[in-house]
Amino acid sequence: MTVIAQAPNGARRRRFTADQVPLRTMLLRMLAGAVVLAIFVIPYLIMFFGSVKSKSEIRSVNPTYFPTAWRWENYLTMWSTPETPLVQNLVSTIIIAVFATLLVLLVALPAAYYTARFHFPGRMVFMFLVIVTQMLQPAVLTSGLFRQFSFFGISDTWLAMILINAAFNLSFAVWIMHSFFAGVPKEIDEAAQIDGAGRLAVLFRINLPLVWPGIVTAIVFTFVACWNEFAASLVIMSTAGNQPLAVALTKFVGQYETSWHYVFGVSVVAIIPVVVLFMLIEKRLIGGLTAGSVK
Amino acid sequence: MTPDDMTQSIHETPVPTGAANGRPRAGVVRARAAAGTRLTDLFSALPWIGPALILIFGVVLFPAVVMIYNSTRDISLSGVDKGSVGFENYETLFAFAPLGGIMVRTVIWVFAVVTIAVLASLALAQFLNKAFPGRQIVRMAVLIPWAASVVMTTLVVYYGLEGYIGIINKFLVDINLIDAPYGWTKNATSAFVWSIGIAVFVSLPFTTYTILAGLATVPADVLEAAKMDGAGRIRTYVAIVLPQLRGALSVAVLINIINVFNSLPILKIMTGSIPGYDADTVMTMIFKYIQNEHKIDVASALSVIAFLIVIVIVAIYVKLVKPMKEL
Repeated sequence: MTVIAQAPNGARRRRFTADQVPLRTMLLRMLAGAVVLAIFVIPYLIMFFGSVKSKSEIRSVNPTYFPTAWRWENYLTMWSTPETPLVQNLVSTIIIAVFATLLVLLVALPAAYYTARFHFPGRMVFMFLVIVTQMLQPAVLTSGLFRQFSFFGISDTWLAMILINAAFNLSFAVWIMHSFFAGVPKEIDEAAQIDGAGRLAVLFRINLPLVWPGIVTAIVFTFVACWNEFAASLVIMSTAGNQPLAVALTKFVGQYETSWHYVFGVSVVAIIPVVVLFMLIEKRLIGGLTAGSVK
Repeated sequence: MTPDDMTQSIHETPVPTGAANGRPRAGVVRARAAAGTRLTDLFSALPWIGPALILIFGVVLFPAVVMIYNSTRDISLSGVDKGSVGFENYETLFAFAPLGGIMVRTVIWVFAVVTIAVLASLALAQFLNKAFPGRQIVRMAVLIPWAASVVMTTLVVYYGLEGYIGIINKFLVDINLIDAPYGWTKNATSAFVWSIGIAVFVSLPFTTYTILAGLATVPADVLEAAKMDGAGRIRTYVAIVLPQLRGALSVAVLINIINVFNSLPILKIMTGSIPGYDADTVMTMIFKYIQNEHKIDVASALSVIAFLIVIVIVAIYVKLVKPMKEL
């Protein structure tokens, strides 16, 4: 379970702490750890506890820290709240995130493989483009995106948001997978070619199993980013039912009597899957994520 | 040319027969084929990088061009283009009295959030780099705000700060920090300050993990040597650890500047219902122009200015971090 493994000094550090750190220091560290844990978990605990309170309890002028009665049925009733069609919002979120991620994979994987393996004229220009677009976000380009997609008549469609999410997450995926492909020795490819394997066979049979962690990292990152995208969806998706959850939930703010228990119920449902995905790639976040940029 | 021919021409160049004579052979091939091969190489690359190029040009770069073009047009509230107006949209923008305050607030917003987030992350990463039972659980918890939707994280704080029903208000009263619940989100300044807090909170995971990656590159034997030489903790940190973190820190600072500058949801939720422009940044103002005032032309002008700012930051990133060096 430890992540120390990737650090060259890991073994040494572990020995240090196990043998030489006094018990008192260790207990202090655990205490500090508990404080840090609390800081990062409490907002989401408030969310969770709020999601199982009754409306009268969460709107009470004497707020309770913990629910007095656990209303699990909120998780069923919240989907038919009048503020926004939440079921459609959830479907929208899932479809946009899934298809944008698939599109990114389809487009980024060949580009990452080819730029890591072959030198061709314009390769540096392409990678430069990738780096620059990696740092651009839809927010600053929303007015242009909106006009462009309106012109093509696909504003307020899933297709528009799939294209936008894919385009803005593509570069990061190319970048991360490129660094993984570059880590596979060329000799392996060449040996396979000598044995008569074609280009695609080399990519799929030889390389993919080796760079699988990089692909998973790219997938998770892209999926989570698309799942949470807000700025472009806010403007492009004008129909209530088309909006992803992140946009739909903001409609509760400023209501006469905001149904906070529902807002939090939906948030819990929307947050848990992406947090679990992120935890799966936690190890990559230290080592691989910044590969190539952190020296 | 058939696909098979293309395959051939690609494979000619990079296939060395052995470690010793690999390089010279590739050189010979290149010299012989010269310009013809270069073009062939480019064409062979297109099926692989073409789709990516189409997406980047079509959905990232082209909208930028559309935006620049629109910033010089007169576009009606319903979206009809009524022709060119030169720089009139920019003049409208600069004549807009609150713009100065918005610019200043944008600088404060970015500076405060990035500074606090980076300093806090330096401490947090240093701590999470030490071994203790349960460290893995703490590291996992630190990830949550990174994965969770910023909108949802902000909503829970917004609820907590509500005048009478908010749980943060109750907590602040319970620990005697304030006498009575306060409507934090009704006042531009207090809402803005809380927004800075939320932005710091959601920036901590990325920043901390980037610094942790940097800390992993600090050689243990150097630290040990410093300890043997009797260097104190602070001196060791300043003299050995911090210089080693320079790369990680420049990544963390620059990416954070871009993220925080681009950040919309926090301020939109926390301050969106406050009348006037006393809590706006460039980004929230762009969306007020688009959504509230339906002035897509002026919004485009302000977006162009924001885009130029982002490009400058990206240029600094490319120059400072040198991400192309490895290629």
